[in-house]
Amino acid sequence: MGQIFSIENLVKEYEGKRVLKIEELKLEAGKITGIIGPSGAGKSTLLYILNGLETPTIGKIVFDGKELENEPGIETRRQMSMVFQKPIVFNTSVYDNMAYSLKLRGVPKGEIQNRVLEIARFIGLEDKLGQKARTLSGGEAQRLSLARAIIYKPKVLLLDEPTANLDPANVAMIEKLILHAKNEYKTSIVIVTHNMYQAKRLSDNVVFLLNGDIVESGESAQVFGNPRDIRTQDFIEGKMIY
Amino acid sequence: MEYFIEAFNKALELMLSCDSELYGIIFLSIRISVIASLISTIIGIPFGAIIGLNRFRGRAPLINLINTFMGMPPVVIGLVVYILLSNQLGLLGPLRLLFTPTAMIIAQVLLATPIVIGLTIVAVQGVDPLVKKTAVSLGANGYQLLWLVIKEARYAIGAAVITAFGRLTAEVGAVMMVGGNVRFQTRVMTTSIALHKGMGEFQIALALGMILIVISLLINSALDMLRRGRGMDH
Repeated sequence: MGQIFSIENLVKEYEGKRVLKIEELKLEAGKITGIIGPSGAGKSTLLYILNGLETPTIGKIVFDGKELENEPGIETRRQMSMVFQKPIVFNTSVYDNMAYSLKLRGVPKGEIQNRVLEIARFIGLEDKLGQKARTLSGGEAQRLSLARAIIYKPKVLLLDEPTANLDPANVAMIEKLILHAKNEYKTSIVIVTHNMYQAKRLSDNVVFLLNGDIVESGESAQVFGNPRDIRTQDFIEGKMIY
Repeated sequence: MEYFIEAFNKALELMLSCDSELYGIIFLSIRISVIASLISTIIGIPFGAIIGLNRFRGRAPLINLINTFMGMPPVVIGLVVYILLSNQLGLLGPLRLLFTPTAMIIAQVLLATPIVIGLTIVAVQGVDPLVKKTAVSLGANGYQLLWLVIKEARYAIGAAVITAFGRLTAEVGAVMMVGGNVRFQTRVMTTSIALHKGMGEFQIALALGMILIVISLLINSALDMLRRGRGMDH
């Protein structure tokens, strides 16, 4: 399989301070790439740049064979979706939240209904479709956020710490949904996580970021099993103080 | 206190009298304020949402200007509209709108629109930035994002409309200036109160004031119910 993202000589600065510098990074299509690293490493910034929510100071990003513009057009953006650490639901019903991205794309009503019901059953919210989304628990709201992001079968799913502060049952359900998107929808997934076990469980490939630089990247088994850099090993073993 | 009780009784008496002049004044007051509020809402909400949502050069001075207009004295607005509509001075003189309900609506729209815009800006800015980012990341275009943000801020925007409506029902200076308080034509509750006070008929003025408060209360309650009802709508 080819690359979904290819990054070259990318630098992101905030008020003159460099927060991210990537000479080269290729993210494989159809795979789950875990971005790991301590707080302030630039993980979320990278995700925001890939989604077009932030623009790089300099650098080139190729998305699915085409160079990404600084402000990607609607057609490009509509091939991606992103879920944030904080569960974000709109102030409408659970059904309307799930249907939102499909409505944006003008999907016929009948099809919207079928897809919402299908995914609601998958995440155990079929009995709550008429409920106001803001009355859901944190775990349910995050399940809804993720369901809303994958319901239109995006080419790319970007996840920024999607299971932080969730209980194990909800973490399991979210991970099941992530794998469902990868296996059934062939979605390429980039997940930022602090949870080493989760990165190990889910990722095909791993990128370790430290102070805005890539320390190491490669297949998950290699990075976790036989890290090439001592800093990666320290981080994985929890020895890195940050 | 007795004076107020007597005024209250007078208010009841007036309401039950089915006096056509009084009811004409009440309906004209409501009609003018409702139409002006509607126009201000239609103009103000999209403008406020666009300004609140976007960052552009000159945004801060523009918001300062809107905030200034929110507190603009009605008599100044009334004077400007009077000059614009006057036969001798105004660009719009040939339309012959001065001393008509239309002139009063124009003045009220100028008063209420900055309030709706200003409070909509605040309402939109109060929406969690992650809600906007989520919508963009899900593929919303500019219009779809604008509509979502308006829906997310609907309670606060509803309060903006109620505030503007309240300002209009209480307004006297501008409508007096451009309406002229002409009996059976442009006389509304507030100008009527001012007239009776001027004539030394304090108790009738007070009774009319009480009727105005009751009408405002009823309309605001209806608007608030609408606002809350919409909020609970799935």
